[in-house]
Amino acid sequence: MAEIDAIKVLNEKCVGCSLCVKACPFGAITMEENKAVIDLMKCTLCGACAEACKFDAIVIQKKEEAPEIDLSAYRDVWVFGEQKKGKVQSVSFELLGKGRELADKLGVDLCAVLLGHNMSEECKGLIARGADKVYLVDSPKLKAYQDDPYTSVLTELISKYKPEVVLCGASTIGRSLISRVAVKLRAGLTADCTGLDIDLEERLLLQTRPAFGGNIMATIISPNTRPQMATVRHKVMKEAEADPARKGQIIKEEFPDETYTSRSKLIDMIEEIEETVNLTEADIIVSGGRGVGSKENFDIIRELALTLNGAVGASRSAVDADWISYSHQVGQTGKTVCPNLYIACGISGQIQHLIGMKSSDVIVAINKDPEAPILSVATYGIVDDLFKVVPLLTDHFKKILA
Amino acid sequence: MDYLLTEEQQMIKDLCRQIAEEKIKPVAAEYDESGEFAWDIMKVFAESDICGIYIPEEYGGMGGGVLELAIATEELSWGCGGISLGFAATGLGTFPIILYGNEEQKAKYLPDIASGKKLAAFALTEAEAGSDAGGIKTTAKKEGDHYVLNGTKQWITNAGEAEIYTVVAMTDRARGARGASTFIVEKDTPGVSFGKKENKMGIRSSATREVIFDNCRIPKENILGREGLGFIVAMKTFDHSRPGVAAQAVGIAQRALDEAVKYSHERKQFGHSISSFQGVQFMLADMAMQVEASRALIYSAAKMIDSGAKNIAKVSAMCKTFASDTAMKVTTDAVQVFGGYGYMKEYPVEKLMRDAKITQIYEGTNQIQRGAIASSLIKESLA
Amino acid sequence: MKIIVLIKQVPATTDVKIDPETNTLKREGVEAVINPFDMYAIEEALRIRERLGEGEIVALSMGPPQAEQALREAISMGCDRAVLLSDRKFAGSDTWATSYTLARAIRKIGDCRVILCGKQASDGDTAQVGPGVSTHLDIPQVTYVKKIEKIDAASATVERMTEEGYDIIETPVPVVLTVVKEINEPRLPSLKGKMRARKAGIPVWTAEDLGCDEGKIGLDGSPTRVVKVFTPPPREGGRVLEGEPEETSKELAGLIKDIIIG
Repeated sequence: MAEIDAIKVLNEKCVGCSLCVKACPFGAITMEENKAVIDLMKCTLCGACAEACKFDAIVIQKKEEAPEIDLSAYRDVWVFGEQKKGKVQSVSFELLGKGRELADKLGVDLCAVLLGHNMSEECKGLIARGADKVYLVDSPKLKAYQDDPYTSVLTELISKYKPEVVLCGASTIGRSLISRVAVKLRAGLTADCTGLDIDLEERLLLQTRPAFGGNIMATIISPNTRPQMATVRHKVMKEAEADPARKGQIIKEEFPDETYTSRSKLIDMIEEIEETVNLTEADIIVSGGRGVGSKENFDIIRELALTLNGAVGASRSAVDADWISYSHQVGQTGKTVCPNLYIACGISGQIQHLIGMKSSDVIVAINKDPEAPILSVATYGIVDDLFKVVPLLTDHFKKILA
Repeated sequence: MDYLLTEEQQMIKDLCRQIAEEKIKPVAAEYDESGEFAWDIMKVFAESDICGIYIPEEYGGMGGGVLELAIATEELSWGCGGISLGFAATGLGTFPIILYGNEEQKAKYLPDIASGKKLAAFALTEAEAGSDAGGIKTTAKKEGDHYVLNGTKQWITNAGEAEIYTVVAMTDRARGARGASTFIVEKDTPGVSFGKKENKMGIRSSATREVIFDNCRIPKENILGREGLGFIVAMKTFDHSRPGVAAQAVGIAQRALDEAVKYSHERKQFGHSISSFQGVQFMLADMAMQVEASRALIYSAAKMIDSGAKNIAKVSAMCKTFASDTAMKVTTDAVQVFGGYGYMKEYPVEKLMRDAKITQIYEGTNQIQRGAIASSLIKESLA
Repeated sequence: MKIIVLIKQVPATTDVKIDPETNTLKREGVEAVINPFDMYAIEEALRIRERLGEGEIVALSMGPPQAEQALREAISMGCDRAVLLSDRKFAGSDTWATSYTLARAIRKIGDCRVILCGKQASDGDTAQVGPGVSTHLDIPQVTYVKKIEKIDAASATVERMTEEGYDIIETPVPVVLTVVKEINEPRLPSLKGKMRARKAGIPVWTAEDLGCDEGKIGLDGSPTRVVKVFTPPPREGGRVLEGEPEETSKELAGLIKDIIIG
């Protein structure tokens, strides 16, 4: 059996211009004797080189699969309505905002899917925020999230109604559920998208997400499968405004009992009390990083947060040093936040941190290093010792707010 | 420099550096401040199987020798010269058993030390007998099947934490140094107690206490070798353990050098990193040469000792003296490179300087070592 | 009881820099390590084996030949053996194809009761492979596990971390558990483990060994395609306030006062 490499350089076309070497984000291409050579161990077949090549000298060979599915049979944009204790979570409203935009571009309906028990009231909220239709599956067995029944129900619904796009929050529930559904449907799924757009010509969902700690962005498509599925983290998109006058249709679906069976059993749900305001929901966040120096010093950060009635955030290095718990971590591996005001104290601003907070309305950075990357994204920067500036700031606001 | 270590030695080095980097370094300042004994780190040593690297394989060890012990001690001391001592001083307490223990004694005590289940300590020093081992006042009096120990040992590393003590006591005072013998004493033997923990300048997390024997009866089988061999046991033990002290010193010195080099890039004055200033460069170069020379001397001495060579007192003393003087000099220079910051406890180098000092003092002061080196030289020249 | 730990080799730092001249990732000198989240999975597997007093732990990874290093590290921590899935045909796999391939290998290893992996990989951050594997194997899963309360050859009771706290879930085995860093503190390798790892033979399985459906592996088997890679546009920096702390803090208070008073 002849092994066909998935990517190859057509030497007769390659002129040795080395544009592909520059384009390759993985350093997989070198020039040898004036021809491009691809190191297949480094290559991820991302296609950046083929796109950059002006001479069509790089081809990515994909075995032509007979299209198993009729792509045109798929229509509409769906948003998975995540509910907890009977309340739709705000990440779903954020997805409806983006979903409306995508549906309008495609000229199709925006639909929400809601699984739960006694959820009729919540359907109205989904319609008010832009859903043309709500698919509602109501059963006591769907009251709280469980992997098996939710996977079965969502898979069946998608198979029946064939949406072309399915969006889901990148929450604990969303990530656990949607990965399973995508595998079952043999659909493409892109996690943690920060940008979603439509290529109208091909009716493709252009999914942009950070890769390699956010140092590069990648745009991803699912050309041959449907639906095109994506998750988006909480607070990345702006929430759709509610319009109580909007009208929409509620479509109730029922399934036989076995669809609701769960192999695992949810025994209990325990809520742990947060020590301060919920970080992702906070309007004001005061964050500390490596420059804070110790667990005790975080009191300075806490005091300012308390004064401003805000939440306390932290960079990964502060969390890793055990100065503050993980629930306060902002950034790629922590929480994404989008407050009105973000005050970064002693945070240098590694790209992973910036990803988690850069869409904040106003960013203040207090750092003694004038070269700190955080200063390049800050609305206002102070290059000084945080131990001097932060307590003074706290004092000013104590006076202002008194 | 590449010392052409064996694969196993390289593995020991890598693993101990990983322990130092990931487990010791993050807690070193805290333990230095509190002076507590780092039992959690001792547990890491045990789980990583490093406690037996210098113990023969038949007793659950890895069958290495002084070189393996030195490599490990150096890397662990890079993390903290005080915490590493829980490991290194166990080596000191164990060497008498390895060197002079009989089959039963080795089979009884070495496996638990090799597995890290128990720590050991060597108890020689007393208030009036340090480098002058002949001045020992602690007595061991034979009564039937037992020896009865009375006296107080001072500044014993690992005291109170170790389970196994090798103790030098006088069985026949009239014979002076030749009247000393070495015994294995278990911690829970009635009559063994410990004095308060000393408040030290450096190596603060290391446990340094008195070991007090009050009519402490131990079985007569617990004597190492025979009566009167105590002084020789002590001297041979130190010949084997001094490269360990030297390794501790070079680990501390290497850390000081690493910190100084790193800081010299970060610190800007007059618009430039201070590493671009020749005055600083020359200091760093001198530090690096001394550290490397110390290491080379230690490894060579250790290899010679492990080969079974007879006259090892001189090289053992040389490497201990050279490396500990180097550690003192290099850590002092590191503080200098850091300038005012170096003097502050927020920065790591002042601790290194405090920790380094003891290496010039214990297991025989460097003056005693120089005396020993000189007398070897003179003896050799007359032979 | 057989436990399989899925591990991925990733760059030691996610802070991969872009060379502004060539616009390529600077990968030189970036050390490859086991995905940090998978370290917790390895530790948890070791703890399960210790708790049960028996068990065999197999570390499984898919990647280039050099991923063998990650598997040796897993053995040095205490895993009994390891298998590497490596084949040019796997190149370009997205999470769908990766979880399919891993599931094939898990079937081939056979008779496994628990499959553990980190909640996500630090380089891709998708959190899709664990759930994908459970789906391909058609067995239950619990994601974001922060504690295993009870486990035996029939069932497990675990705590799943949620945004608000945690759920207590009882699941039959075999099961896929993806773990979070709260679950434990991974141990260091041991010297004996390192020596065992050095000598361990690690079989490399190819697509053919696994009897993979060629349409489901590698680029061909991956529904998603990367079409564009670019450097994110930087957010414009603002104004740096000048002066002594007393002045700057006062000026700043004035500038942000309206936001705070709302």
